[in-house]
Amino acid sequence: MYETSYHRAESVEEAAKKMGTAEGGKYVAGGQTLIPTMKQRLASPDALIDLRHIPDMKGISINGKDVRIGAATTHAEVASSADLDAVCPGIASLAGHIGDPHVRHMGTIGGSIANNDPAADYPAAMLALGAAIHTNKREIAAGDFFAGMFETALEEDEIITAVSFTAPEKCAYSKFPNPASRYAMAGVFVARTGDDVRVAVTGAGMDGVFRWEEAESALGSNFAASALEGLAVNEGEMLSDIHGSAEYRANLVKVMAMRAIAEAG
Amino acid sequence: MSKMQINITVNGKKQELLAEPRELLIHVLRERLGVTGPHVGCDTSHCGACTVDMDGKSVKACTVFAAQANGADITTIEGLGGPDGLHVLQQMFKEHHGLQCGFCTPGMITRAYRLLQEIPNPSEEEVRFGMAGNLCRCTGYQNIVKAILAAAAELNAAKEAAQ
Repeated sequence: MYETSYHRAESVEEAAKKMGTAEGGKYVAGGQTLIPTMKQRLASPDALIDLRHIPDMKGISINGKDVRIGAATTHAEVASSADLDAVCPGIASLAGHIGDPHVRHMGTIGGSIANNDPAADYPAAMLALGAAIHTNKREIAAGDFFAGMFETALEEDEIITAVSFTAPEKCAYSKFPNPASRYAMAGVFVARTGDDVRVAVTGAGMDGVFRWEEAESALGSNFAASALEGLAVNEGEMLSDIHGSAEYRANLVKVMAMRAIAEAG
Repeated sequence: MSKMQINITVNGKKQELLAEPRELLIHVLRERLGVTGPHVGCDTSHCGACTVDMDGKSVKACTVFAAQANGADITTIEGLGGPDGLHVLQQMFKEHHGLQCGFCTPGMITRAYRLLQEIPNPSEEEVRFGMAGNLCRCTGYQNIVKAILAAAAELNAAKEAAQ
């Protein structure tokens, strides 16, 4: 690992100010992606600014159906929130299946979203829930936030402070995890409120997370797994790598979508 | 880069030391404090041989900067039990032959210790899911799972007897 410096920020303002004085700094929260990346010398920030202890960025608040999750909230905290599970079980269950227990104790929702790994779980939930991503500068709709593999709308020094969404009537997430890494080979988050159905897919698309709009319109009038029977995602837009071909992933997307619909009920 | 002052409690003992910002918790424990129970297995955040308990949560000490752990309370296998007084988990790993080469065992037991506090009476499936971050290349896991279930039964029996 290359040399770096470390600063634990007490507030969002302090963190942003500190970033302004670094040449190539990085924000770190759980560090579960950044630290392995730094070990491989694929990242060499001259400054690490730790957001994990900023009180304003932690915790889950629920008001009726309105949910707000602080960006520094860990996956374990999201997974174990009974209040969240009661209004939006899909996201609590998703968080409980990220990585392994150790990763869930350190990793944060803000970190996962900011990294936008094409196989990460949270981006699918954000897109399907129509979440708002709150930063220290603005509010960004999830649909405008994810901009392709590891790319987001965030500016270099921008900090995600929270995400918020209105819990749908029904939702569920189903993923086929890579057996070694537990990253999604295909993960599908389905959210339904009345006739409005959203289907977001992670792990499979060449450009990262995407909405399967054809499935959404089919499910709007018939919310049942069988509504997807004649449909298929475009294989040409699927990832193909050592873990699975594009054809295999396209099939997984459909199967995971059907499972998520069955689970959402 | 200048070194940083790190204050951590390791197995109940307060420790003050200077570490580089890029230094990982596992290296501080092993190389500076001589706490060599947690192992470096893969160094790529996959195997969990470096598992320690940090503020009541299992973490991989190879994927936490020492600076992130500043102020934290750390428990390693050394803090659970030793030759003079084995922890129930250590006893059960011995009894059920929950190891072969033993390299992953400190991490396994430290994680299992926390798992049994999260879920005091786990099913076999919950043990397997809860131990997913710890890899063993020898045993095939069967006896590890048996040992953890036996330890849970033992701890629960002791709890009942105490009531």
